[in-house]
Amino acid sequence: MISDPDVVGLLYLVTIVCFIVALKFLSSPRHARKGNWVGGAGMLVAIATTLLLEGLENWGLMIAGLVIGSVVGLVGARTVRMTAMPQMVAIFNGVGGGAAALVALSEWHGATDPVWDETTSIVLSALIGSISFAGSVVAFAKLQELVSGRPIVFPGQNIVNIAVLAAAALLGVVALAGVEEQWVLFTLVALALVFGVMFVLPIGGADMPVVISLLNAFTGLAASATGFVLDSTVLIVSGMLVGAAGTLLTLLMAKAMNRSVANVLFGAFGQVQTAAAAGRATDDGRTVRATTPEDVAVQLSFARKVIVAPGYGMAVAQAQHDVRQLADLLEEHGVDVKYAIHPVAGRMPGHMNVLLAEANVPYTQLFEMDEINPEFPQTDVVLVIGANDVTNPAARSDPGSPIYGMPILDVDKAASIVVLKRSMNPGFAGIDNELYLDPKTTMLFGDAKDSVLKLVSAVKAS
Amino acid sequence: MTGVPLVVELTILVLAAFLGFEVIAKVPTMLHTPLMSGANFIHGIVIVGAIIVLGGADDTFTKAVGFTALVLATANVVGGWFVTDRMLGMFKRRPEPKAEKERRE
Repeated sequence: MISDPDVVGLLYLVTIVCFIVALKFLSSPRHARKGNWVGGAGMLVAIATTLLLEGLENWGLMIAGLVIGSVVGLVGARTVRMTAMPQMVAIFNGVGGGAAALVALSEWHGATDPVWDETTSIVLSALIGSISFAGSVVAFAKLQELVSGRPIVFPGQNIVNIAVLAAAALLGVVALAGVEEQWVLFTLVALALVFGVMFVLPIGGADMPVVISLLNAFTGLAASATGFVLDSTVLIVSGMLVGAAGTLLTLLMAKAMNRSVANVLFGAFGQVQTAAAAGRATDDGRTVRATTPEDVAVQLSFARKVIVAPGYGMAVAQAQHDVRQLADLLEEHGVDVKYAIHPVAGRMPGHMNVLLAEANVPYTQLFEMDEINPEFPQTDVVLVIGANDVTNPAARSDPGSPIYGMPILDVDKAASIVVLKRSMNPGFAGIDNELYLDPKTTMLFGDAKDSVLKLVSAVKAS
Repeated sequence: MTGVPLVVELTILVLAAFLGFEVIAKVPTMLHTPLMSGANFIHGIVIVGAIIVLGGADDTFTKAVGFTALVLATANVVGGWFVTDRMLGMFKRRPEPKAEKERRE
């Protein structure tokens, strides 16, 4: 048993240092994994210290909880496919928020005449934690395609959402005013859960990187608020570190789409776009040219320089391993192959990097948008695999386009472009892609994985 | 409760926010997914709160809530860590022999 509060405080400080070092090590892929081990060690110190605090009871439940949680976490983490990573991150984020809200609930239950700052922390922790939990579950369901990834909207949605949130906030004020009834916090949690669901439902799949980052920040802040409830600096600091990380990523993702965070969250993007697109004349006599795997294979084998621009379509089809196989084959032919990664390609920040890393593509071959854009004019063939809006030149040239101003990959500046696409359906933005009508562009229709496999055998044969 | 003054706690909070921004701004885009997953793991620290609540629970309601919180937080910690480790294990540099070949060219 540790009874000296100074010793406890010092041990928690060790944890804080470990977490900061872990985040610092993430600045390079070489040390990142080591950093995670340091973070893990820090967490073990915190858990051990807490378990050794004096006066803890309910050991049976304690051990059962730790074992059940570990098994669930371990099985989930080990069995999930890399393509399902976004929903896994979402759900682990949700359970953290849920835990923070529950801790707040029980503190409220056990509190006798809490002072205002304690009540404030309890209310914030319960509110933010519940929103994060419910929002993450909906994000999980959308990514897992249990519910439609398309925006779900109804008239007056934003007003209803604001009303629900306002009601929850009002209950928070009621609690602060000294009404220490149990129902106050329970109702608050219920309203926060409803808000969490309603606020993620209208957000389209393409905007998921922003939402997931934001929910991540929420859970961090909820944990931090819990730290104020329990007077625990380790919770305050760790929670805030996560809050900062999530906030920064949210802003980065929104910036990469040239939209404000508010627009992403309340704009119900897909809906607005469809209407905007419908008004534009697209049928001006230019046509889309379809091609065959054999033609593309010849094009690729005789190119000097090929850039692959992957998108969510590659993730859905789980084509990353076949894409690497194709790239390896081309390199054997002496072709220079690079990958162009748009910051919001996929469903979470850095999604494409993880998938390609899983397929053993060395990270030195992956290039961010700003690095690779000047290289497109010297490129013979660009292979666009399941990416749409992030390659749409309308973002540069058409002020009337909903995505106007969004930084894109300048694939249209290459000598020729091959687009691997399932069908002519528009992307999430719901607008036509000018790129497909470009005379330099040819389309290879079909599932990304099938198409790439056909390309692999065609290149082998040529 | 150790009774740290609120102002001190708020100071720590603000400093942590700035520190967080500084450290995280240096994480390259390539590692944003592991960063998110790693941050996910770190907020699992709420497990400390869950242990304190469950350890101090003396009625059924608090026990049930504390137990659920502990299960969720543990899943957060264990799952978050293993997912991050798995992802980071995949980031590899170009295999050495190939890199040498490139240098000779």
